[in-house]
Amino acid sequence: MKVKVKVWRQKNAKDKGGFKEYEVLTDPDSSFLEMMDVLNQDLLNKKEDPVAFDHDCREGICGACSMYINGQPHGPSKGTTTCQLHMRSFKNGDSITIEPWRASAFPVIKDLVVDRTAFDRIIQAGGYISVNTGNAVDANSIPIEKDKADEAFAAAACIGCGACVAACKNASAMLFVSAKVSHLALLPQGAPEADLRAAKMLNQMDEEGFGSCTNTQACEAMCPKEISIKHIARLNRQFFKSGFSGNQ
Amino acid sequence: MSWISNVLGSSIGKKLLMALSGLFICFFLVIHLTGNLQLLAGDGGQAFNEYAKLMTSNPLIKFVSIGTYLVFLLHIIDGLMLVFANKKARPVKYAVGAKAGSSISSRNMGILGSIILVFLVIHLYNFWFVYKFGSMPTVDYGHGPVKDLYKVVAMAFANPAYVILYVLSMVAIAFHLIHGFASAFQTLGLNHAKYNGLIKIAGIAYSILIPLGFAIIPIYFYLVLA
Ligand code: HEM
Ligand code: FES
Repeated sequence: MKVKVKVWRQKNAKDKGGFKEYEVLTDPDSSFLEMMDVLNQDLLNKKEDPVAFDHDCREGICGACSMYINGQPHGPSKGTTTCQLHMRSFKNGDSITIEPWRASAFPVIKDLVVDRTAFDRIIQAGGYISVNTGNAVDANSIPIEKDKADEAFAAAACIGCGACVAACKNASAMLFVSAKVSHLALLPQGAPEADLRAAKMLNQMDEEGFGSCTNTQACEAMCPKEISIKHIARLNRQFFKSGFSGNQ
Repeated sequence: MSWISNVLGSSIGKKLLMALSGLFICFFLVIHLTGNLQLLAGDGGQAFNEYAKLMTSNPLIKFVSIGTYLVFLLHIIDGLMLVFANKKARPVKYAVGAKAGSSISSRNMGILGSIILVFLVIHLYNFWFVYKFGSMPTVDYGHGPVKDLYKVVAMAFANPAYVILYVLSMVAIAFHLIHGFASAFQTLGLNHAKYNGLIKIAGIAYSILIPLGFAIIPIYFYLVLA
């Protein structure tokens, strides 16, 4: 199959950047990133600069891949990362516009690569358990209610790709922060610091220049791991608890 | 007291103020509508005019209305602050705008709010300002002259441009609340599988019935009474 891709090209953080159009001959069963690999090989053959994009695991678990494809982070397939998106989701002759995540907190480094270290700083602000909890304990040695374990697990599925920020009209990181807050708060090791953690991470999110939450739910719809906005409600509750009754 | 400004000044804190002020205004609209429906009593405006007098003379009600002005101001200022901060968080727009995954109302709360704000200014100028500071016709029901707000309202609603403006503004309020009502509960952290459906249905019912109730009055005045 043949597709027309319109890709954002930007030499570096200071460059103004702009779109460039390419035609790519690809296989319907190849992944979206493999299509990009073909394009880059073409460019290398022509002695042009290949398109820079982030990728690592290529199996939907690392969160590195980040492309805003035809108005949707990670493209048209629900609950799918760009690396797991197949070219058969498109038709022969389709035009595909590929943009980087757009957020003041995620500045473009080059082409489709953005700087997502703001997420690392949010984690550093409180996304951990302060004491060493030792090695992984035997299964069931600490009993945890099934529904809590399930919910913590669903939150822990967040791969930190930033699609929530990319999808949100406010470029808010609330879904990411709430997933990290929920996943620790629901488990006995993380529960004691739950409220303070929510406040620290939220304050860092604000500091990084992400927007606030208008509850549009676009993040939930676009999240490749389908994280629910009920975690955002939990983040809010924990933030209120820490703000209005916490000691710090 | 810096902790209060830290908590309320944060992104979630600002949203807490939006949710509380928004729900308070929802409550206020119910009271306001109950008062307005007396315009349809068919008594030449006596019930409405006496109600208007009570609302502007009883000291307790006066106190509450000052609170209501402040809540409106808070909602407007806080809302505009959020709109601008959120615009700043995405300085470069996408070439292909996102449409999937969110409702039109939720994406346009600032614009809907601004339409409501324009209406609010005109509305307050026409009725509230004239009642308090303008020259009003009076009417006597047997215990001294009472300001005849009914007459002022009837005159305003005889103007088709005003009726259209009024009805369109009610549509804006309906769309603001189709998202806003349920959104406020999510902001307050009240998201629970057992109640989400109820909140959603109550929100839709409120967003349709209350603006419809307001809109019926100018339409009735224009089509039936004028
Ligand atoms: C009839 C009067 C109004 C009512 C009943 C009302 C109610 C609400 C409610 C319940 C919310 C949801 C809060 C939340 O998501 O937690 C909201 C949000 C909002 N309102 Fe209003 N509102 C009114 C007028 C206005 C006006 C005059 C403005 C002026 C700018 C405004 C601007 C906003 C904005 C920008 C939001 C979204 C904030 C965000 O989530 O980012 N509203 N409103
Ligand atoms: S490359 Fe790892 S999730 Fe896509």
